[in-house]
Amino acid sequence: MAQGNYMDLHRKRHGQRFDHHERNRKRDARKAHKHSYEAQNSLGLKGKLISKKNYRDKALMKKTMKMHEESSSRRKTDEDVQEGAVPAYLLDRNETSRAKVLSNTIKQKRKEKAGKWEVPLSKVRPVAEDEMFRVIRSGKRKTKQWKRMVTKATFVGPGFTRKPPKYERFIRPSGLRFTKAHVTHPELKCTFCLEIIGIKKNPNGPMYTSLGVMTRGTIIEVNVSELGLVTPGGKVVWGKYAQVTNNPELDGCINAVLLV
Amino acid sequence: MGMETEMEMETGNIVLCRFIDTEGIPLGDPMYIPHQTGRLQLTELANRFLNNEEKLPYSFYVSGEELLVSVGTYIEKRKVSMEKILMIVYRQQAVFRTRPINRISASIAGHEDSVLCVSFSPDGNQLASGSGDTTVRLWDLNTQTPMFTCRGHRNWVMCIAWSPDGKHLVSGSKAGEVCCWNPKTGELSGSPLTGHKKWITGISWEPVHLSYPCRRFVTSSRDGDARIWDITLKKCVASLTGHTSCVTCVKWGGEGIIYTGSRDCTIILWDVSQEGAPRFKLQLKNHGHWVNSLSLSTDYVLRTGAFDHTGKQYSSPEEVRKAALKRYDQAKGNSGERLVSGSDDFTVTLWEQSVSNKPKKHLLGHQQLVNHVYFSPNGQWIASASFDGSVRIWDGITGDYITTLRRHVGCVYQISWSPDSRMLLSGSKDSTLKVWDIGLRKLKQDLPGHADEVYAVDWSPDGERVVSGGKDKCLKLWVG
Repeated sequence: MAQGNYMDLHRKRHGQRFDHHERNRKRDARKAHKHSYEAQNSLGLKGKLISKKNYRDKALMKKTMKMHEESSSRRKTDEDVQEGAVPAYLLDRNETSRAKVLSNTIKQKRKEKAGKWEVPLSKVRPVAEDEMFRVIRSGKRKTKQWKRMVTKATFVGPGFTRKPPKYERFIRPSGLRFTKAHVTHPELKCTFCLEIIGIKKNPNGPMYTSLGVMTRGTIIEVNVSELGLVTPGGKVVWGKYAQVTNNPELDGCINAVLLV
Repeated sequence: MGMETEMEMETGNIVLCRFIDTEGIPLGDPMYIPHQTGRLQLTELANRFLNNEEKLPYSFYVSGEELLVSVGTYIEKRKVSMEKILMIVYRQQAVFRTRPINRISASIAGHEDSVLCVSFSPDGNQLASGSGDTTVRLWDLNTQTPMFTCRGHRNWVMCIAWSPDGKHLVSGSKAGEVCCWNPKTGELSGSPLTGHKKWITGISWEPVHLSYPCRRFVTSSRDGDARIWDITLKKCVASLTGHTSCVTCVKWGGEGIIYTGSRDCTIILWDVSQEGAPRFKLQLKNHGHWVNSLSLSTDYVLRTGAFDHTGKQYSSPEEVRKAALKRYDQAKGNSGERLVSGSDDFTVTLWEQSVSNKPKKHLLGHQQLVNHVYFSPNGQWIASASFDGSVRIWDGITGDYITTLRRHVGCVYQISWSPDSRMLLSGSKDSTLKVWDIGLRKLKQDLPGHADEVYAVDWSPDGERVVSGGKDKCLKLWVG
């Protein structure tokens, strides 16, 4: 048994004085008087400490009383007017919780006009050819060195088959092929996993664009039909451009920002 | 029949046919008509059979398809058996024609948040809109400019409704209060009427032929109640409690019955024809999910009251009532007032509540929830708008499937009929409005222009204009 419990034990064994509760009650009733006597008659640091504590207790008490009052009193229940009003038939439906104005095409159009060639990553580190490709030695004696393996992430179309080995100059390893990208909508601040349609431009050169190499800063086209964007004419927007923001070959995934 | 035998001699090509009306009741005896008989001749025949004093326009349908060519061409094209009697369904058409809407007339900015509801007054001369910026705005249709901005609501204005005499405008907000406005001055008449605890979902006025001047209207709310208010007493007359969930739609029928559709999957009919408190009359249970929208076959007449296409003015209240009653009886026809309900369980149900409390027909086919159903002004068609992006047209009397109008790429939110029932307008999430030709069952006009979702559309009762409002905060007026 723990050391400090001898009082409990004693109480359990022998019970309490018959007038225990009565004494306690009287002591409690007297407490306020005693406290006030001490508060009034203490001098120096002790008096300061007591008055400080009193002040704190009183403030706390006032606070709790106000809180209790609030719960019983009537007040205006309606909340503030919120942005983005929706008609009654769309309230209580899940679709309404959609992040923001997705299809606000006016805004998109204006932006397109203003900075058509502005992209989030305007400068990228140039990638040298020997970083991009690894030389593969071929031939019976491994003397030929005309084959290259792409060491960066690539995109190949859905119906892709490799060329016969004799003609395949650039090998795109299947482990580094990607079909989906995590695309962030910069205004909505939300990310969707979208299918890649194609490579628009690789800043390192047209050859990489045609090979489908995705390095940092590459503009890719993604399939946004799931987002439900519409043109002013009421057609569904299918493809949109996005820029790769990470190093896919190092991270094992593609992160991109939608260009709106 | 002498004339027809002569024609038979001339051509040698005749066909045995018979007129039937939409309910399948034959008109006259079977008769022989020559192959080159077209619509004009058929109209003349129908007028003669029906003993119409003034000639009325009719359209003719064979096995659910409109007869646009001559009978002979139709038979050749469809290879119809010549041995059976050709049943030709005749449908009366409106004597006037609405011009198709094809261009934008004005795009009026003013609202500071999405436009949630728009409505033309019953005579088509005034226009009001309610928005998320807590205002109701009245617009001048002649100059196409803002007229009054009515402030008084504390939250989004969810729905507005004109009284059928056009003298009052009532709006309900998300905070649950109802405001009455004077459309002449744009001022709040009295203080807002409070009572509902949640937002208002629908407003419907008492029909003119039951009481004139208009005094009472009914509102439905999210809190599960419907309340009847009196505009002169400025207070709630009665509360219709019975639904266990949000009441989504309310209609005040022409027979003194209030219809409420609710998210507890039922429709309740309340009897308000007698003096005293409204009584619970009937509960219609059929839907498996929320009831979203109700429509009566007489909806359009109840909305427009005594105003018709002729623009006639009446001097005394008695005359107005009589005119409204006449219009109502005409719209009701022989088959009585029918009810149609659209639901979240993807179905539309046609009810004939005067006959039985069982549904008359289930209209199946939508692949998503049905958001809006609307009877055409002549009661012959039902249009249903669904979130699957299609609008379906059904026969308003039998409930047969007619056609599907597909072209929208987003949810269709609201639909509206032209006054002559020949065209339908739909507004959609894909930011366009589309006008459909009901006779040809085709897209008549695509109206792009909104920058965002279209929440509310309305075709003015005089047929001149269309108004639409949506998430892009501006109100657009379209003309023919």
